[in-house]
Amino acid sequence: MATPLALRVFEAEARVYKRTWRGSVFSSFLNPVLYLLAMGVGLGTLVDANLPPELEGVSYLSFLAPGLLVATAMQTGAGEGAWKVMGGIKWLQTWKARLATPIGTKSLLGGHLLWSGARVLMVSVIFAIVIAIFRVSPLWQSLLAVFPALLVGMAMASLTTAFTLHTRTEAALPMYFRFVVIPMFLFSGVFFPIEQLPNWLQPVALVTPLYHGVEMARAIVLGLEPAVAPWVSILYLTALTVLGAALSIRPLRSELKP
Amino acid sequence: MSDVLIRAQSLVKKFDDFVAVDSIDFEVSQGESFGFLGPNGAGKTSTMRMIEAVSPVTSGSLSVLGLDPADEGPRIRSRLGVVPQENNLDEELTVYDNLMMYGRYFDLDRDVIRERIDELLDFVQLEDKRDSKVSALSGGMKRRVIIARGLINEPEVYILDEPTTGLDPQARHVLWDRLYRLKQRGVTLIITTHYMDEAEQLCDRLVVMDKGKIVAEGSPRYLIETYTPRDVVELRFPVGVLEQVASSIEDLGDRTEILADRALVYTDDAEKTVAMVADRHEPETVLARRSTLEDVFLRLTGRSLVE
Ligand SMILES: Nc1ncnc2c1ncn2[C@@H]1O[C@H](COP(=O)(O)OP(=O)(O)O)[C@@H](O)[C@H]1O
Ligand SMILES: [Mg+2]
Repeated sequence: MATPLALRVFEAEARVYKRTWRGSVFSSFLNPVLYLLAMGVGLGTLVDANLPPELEGVSYLSFLAPGLLVATAMQTGAGEGAWKVMGGIKWLQTWKARLATPIGTKSLLGGHLLWSGARVLMVSVIFAIVIAIFRVSPLWQSLLAVFPALLVGMAMASLTTAFTLHTRTEAALPMYFRFVVIPMFLFSGVFFPIEQLPNWLQPVALVTPLYHGVEMARAIVLGLEPAVAPWVSILYLTALTVLGAALSIRPLRSELKP
Repeated sequence: MSDVLIRAQSLVKKFDDFVAVDSIDFEVSQGESFGFLGPNGAGKTSTMRMIEAVSPVTSGSLSVLGLDPADEGPRIRSRLGVVPQENNLDEELTVYDNLMMYGRYFDLDRDVIRERIDELLDFVQLEDKRDSKVSALSGGMKRRVIIARGLINEPEVYILDEPTTGLDPQARHVLWDRLYRLKQRGVTLIITTHYMDEAEQLCDRLVVMDKGKIVAEGSPRYLIETYTPRDVVELRFPVGVLEQVASSIEDLGDRTEILADRALVYTDDAEKTVAMVADRHEPETVLARRSTLEDVFLRLTGRSLVE
């Protein structure tokens, strides 16, 4: 075959996306604008009044913006791994259709993850532009922060895909978001440093993919020293992505090729 | 040796401990139209999915286009066309997008696919639905889109799993007509169905499947001639009467079957049987007809094809 078949799957997802891209791009703009206005600017005026010493000179808006960028990437990745996968195997059966063609389970998974990465990238780049519009940092700096966001989004897409394929029940997905994704969103250092968490919770925050991305993105946008060495975070997030993919193959095969 | 495209020997498919396909043997030759006739749960779909190199073979041997599905899945699938039992088009996309997308999975050139889409939509008589969303189409039209989709790679073998199940008679006839044309063009067809009329219409040769096993094999005509007398007289009696008369109609023909709602009398001379019935009984209705594959199935398994 001339082209890796995963690219054909990617292309198919792009074709599906083309139908709704306007609405999708619009909300990818609106979301960060609303969040940054409400929490960064609105809430920020309250917070700025009593900043911890290590954040001196940093506005809450600047503190929040890179964190939210990565958090949005995280949620996008989780969404692709949850709804897209459930749709493919259960609701629409479109993944089954693909397997009647030369596409195999690995190309299917590869194409899916590639596309998830593309979605994360789109959302993150738009977010980075909004950050620049809010004058938190120059555009090039916020665009650099897209890299950790992408790593986090990919890790989440991959792990969530594995989760969806293992449970294969619709009802599990809202639970997953309620008990995994949203707590991670709230307590991984996006809204406040994890040092503010009770001691026993801090190690939990430390192992979330989101925390690592937030640290890197914040370091890039604010020009600070990250709490974890970047190479450790990069390695960790990459490992999670590989792990999710590895855990996905077997249930994908037993679901689609019984 | 005539060109055997598919050969199965002692083919078995198990799901955990459940045996869905129970050691079957069959061969499909180039250009023939081969059927699997059997009721729900007979193991037809499981067999198709093994041929399609989608579902792994549990034991026995299977060769598809001279290749082993265990090792050569993608190569086999690139040369097959598949109409799955369930519709799995992307409902949100247009007919055109569905076909283009599917063609791309075969790594075909966009221009080539575009040309084929035009031809295929013409073939299934859906040119005017090219830009319609699939969700807006009727069941029969969706089925035709799937037929077109399965032909996008110009397959050497075309596998259709219950192509007309759930369609109204008119839509079925449209589909049969299209499949008949394919057959005339020399495409090798494999069709599963639980409709005996479909099997009779479309298949040169078929196997009758029940509970994972093949119980008979041959052309529709051969099967009918071999397994059942030429004619059937169907008798319906008022509620409750059927049981009472059951024993007294046994000698009306060669064989009788008592079903829930009627009695079937198999005979080589329908006229004589009808006359005898009129002498002795007063059924609500009497219907004389030719034997069909349905009767063959009843004879072989003691059950009806369609419950
Ligand atoms: N993935 C599966 N897991 C477990 N049992 C299955 C699976 N697919 C089919 N079966 C069982 O195998 C039997 C044959 O099914 P199938 O091949 O679909 O028959 P048919 O197509 O003739 O209706 C049925 O009893 C069905 O419940
Ligand atoms: Mg079936």
